[in-house]
Amino acid sequence: MRGTITRREFSKVLISGIAGTALGVFGGAGRAFGASRQVVVVGGGFGGATTAKYLKKLDPSISVTLVEPKAAYVTCPFSNWVLGGLKTMSEITVTYSHLSAGYGITVIAESAKSIDALASTVTLGSGRVLHYDRLVVSPGIDFKWGAVEGYSRSIAESMMPHAYQAGTQTELLRKQLLDMKDGGTVLICPPANPFRCPPGPYERASLIAHYLKERKPRSKIIILDAKEKFSKQALFSKGWAALYPGMIEWRGSTAGGKVLRVDPVAMSVMTEPGEVRADVINVIPPQRAGQIAVDAGLADAGGWCPVNPLSFESTIHPGIHVIGDACYAGPMPKSGFVASSQGKVAAAAIVRLLRGQDPVPPSLVNTCYSLIGPGYGISVAGVYRLSSEGIAEVPGSGGLTPIDADAEFLEQEAMFARAWYRNIVADIWG
Amino acid sequence: MPLTNKHLLTVCFITVSALMATTSPALAGKISRTGSSAKVSPRGQMLALSCSGCHGPDGKSAGIIPSIYGKSTEYLETALREFKSGVRASTVMGRHAKGYSDEDIHLIAEYFGALGKKTR
Ligand SMILES: Cc1cc2nc3c(=O)[nH]c(=O)nc-3n(C[C@H](O)[C@H](O)[C@H](O)COP(=O)(O)OP(=O)(O)OC[C@H]3O[C@@H](n4cnc5c(N)ncnc54)[C@H](O)[C@@H]3O)c2cc1C
Repeated sequence: MRGTITRREFSKVLISGIAGTALGVFGGAGRAFGASRQVVVVGGGFGGATTAKYLKKLDPSISVTLVEPKAAYVTCPFSNWVLGGLKTMSEITVTYSHLSAGYGITVIAESAKSIDALASTVTLGSGRVLHYDRLVVSPGIDFKWGAVEGYSRSIAESMMPHAYQAGTQTELLRKQLLDMKDGGTVLICPPANPFRCPPGPYERASLIAHYLKERKPRSKIIILDAKEKFSKQALFSKGWAALYPGMIEWRGSTAGGKVLRVDPVAMSVMTEPGEVRADVINVIPPQRAGQIAVDAGLADAGGWCPVNPLSFESTIHPGIHVIGDACYAGPMPKSGFVASSQGKVAAAAIVRLLRGQDPVPPSLVNTCYSLIGPGYGISVAGVYRLSSEGIAEVPGSGGLTPIDADAEFLEQEAMFARAWYRNIVADIWG
Repeated sequence: MPLTNKHLLTVCFITVSALMATTSPALAGKISRTGSSAKVSPRGQMLALSCSGCHGPDGKSAGIIPSIYGKSTEYLETALREFKSGVRASTVMGRHAKGYSDEDIHLIAEYFGALGKKTR
């Protein structure tokens, strides 16, 4: 059974244990009724900042501490727009001042160094120890360094940026594009699934093409893909043919796309048919849950964190909720929108768990816009519920921009993309 | 709180003020929150939390995406049902509205209808 469930079916889910034994409804009652109600949130990105804010919106009496080393967070959403020259870095940078001043959240500008799940404590880089009644971990991704031969953190920081965590990486890739000669070649090398923002590399190709078409029209983009197909493929292919004919070439993994190794000195990528030289090389390496989640024992052998979909509480360590890119969430893509939706569900669940109540069955959602050109947007939408098999898409809902959408529709989607960004940033950090 | 542990899976009704998002907790003490007559279900709140990801905090939108905040329950319920059936044209709302039952739609509409009334 997929999709919506009745209350009776939902009780079955609970009893059958599919929703997890670490549910916290029964087992967690001990941690529920204490006078102290301290929630610590690790990570102030899309997932963590949302949880912190919504905990306070739903129950201002809970004390909420947000641990995030960056004073200014650069959003990955719209960082491709920066690469295309459509946005500036400052337009995609947010701070935590409103969360602390407006919502009474204690924001600590440090990294969490370790988590002791038995003692319910988080130790910060400075050595300071925070106690929690419930902990939320939303550290995003880290890269599997070593998965691509020849590629490393220092190569990413100097020669071949991944630009898959926004900030200095975005600036480095943008600078390389600006410095490139007309007639140059840009390589984009996306990883196999699962990874952060499945349409991200293809929106990136689109907006780099937009820049090159205007400024360096003899240049070319080649996507060397570890996959045989990709997100919104038909819509992207149609958009590329319409806006950038001949400029973007996509090679699937068995058609020469598979990256065997990279050579930063020669500025080349080795593939099965041979070596591909380029002027700008963007390697997006395979990913896993952020390091702190792995160190805390929250991830499994696959590199991501299993959770109870009712509350996003870890099925490994009760009392710790893992949300966003770091967790397994069935068919939900790893997007900022999803991380934020999960953050709200986790916040609502934590408020109830701290009162000794059971969480309400989750309602989850995603909307991801991709921009192909300034007036050409496409989207994917999804509505998700708990089913007896875990998180499932509600049948008949969601889906892609229609493939036969007309120019007006596509232009509206581009306009809605801009409006979406403004509203979600306000919803999370405003 | 009228909720008890005993009603583990019962959808209980509690006052809007106890559950609903407030614009700023700092102001919460100054806004009269008790005695509100409108009721929302925790289920309604859960469903409604999804909307702000596009429509802005508490449904207050800054750009061309329409605000939900301040719209009546009747208006929102009609609009969502029309998006769902396709009577009302949309880019993305039809795809979303199809994910909700008529009862869900009623709960969402009721939540935002009450939210707009509370602080207007
Ligand atoms: C190019 C690109 C484009 C994208 N476009 C979109 C889009 O249009 N729409 C969309 O919805 N999504 C988009 N995404 C995806 C989106 O960025 C991620 O899915 C989202 O950021 C995930 O949120 P998160 O909270 O899991 O992680 P993040 O947002 O990465 O936040 C994690 C935070 O945790 C902090 N942190 C890590 N470790 C620690 C520690 N030990 N202690 C304290 N803090 C720590 C980090 O500093 C970081 O700020 C895009 C991604 C990319 C790369």
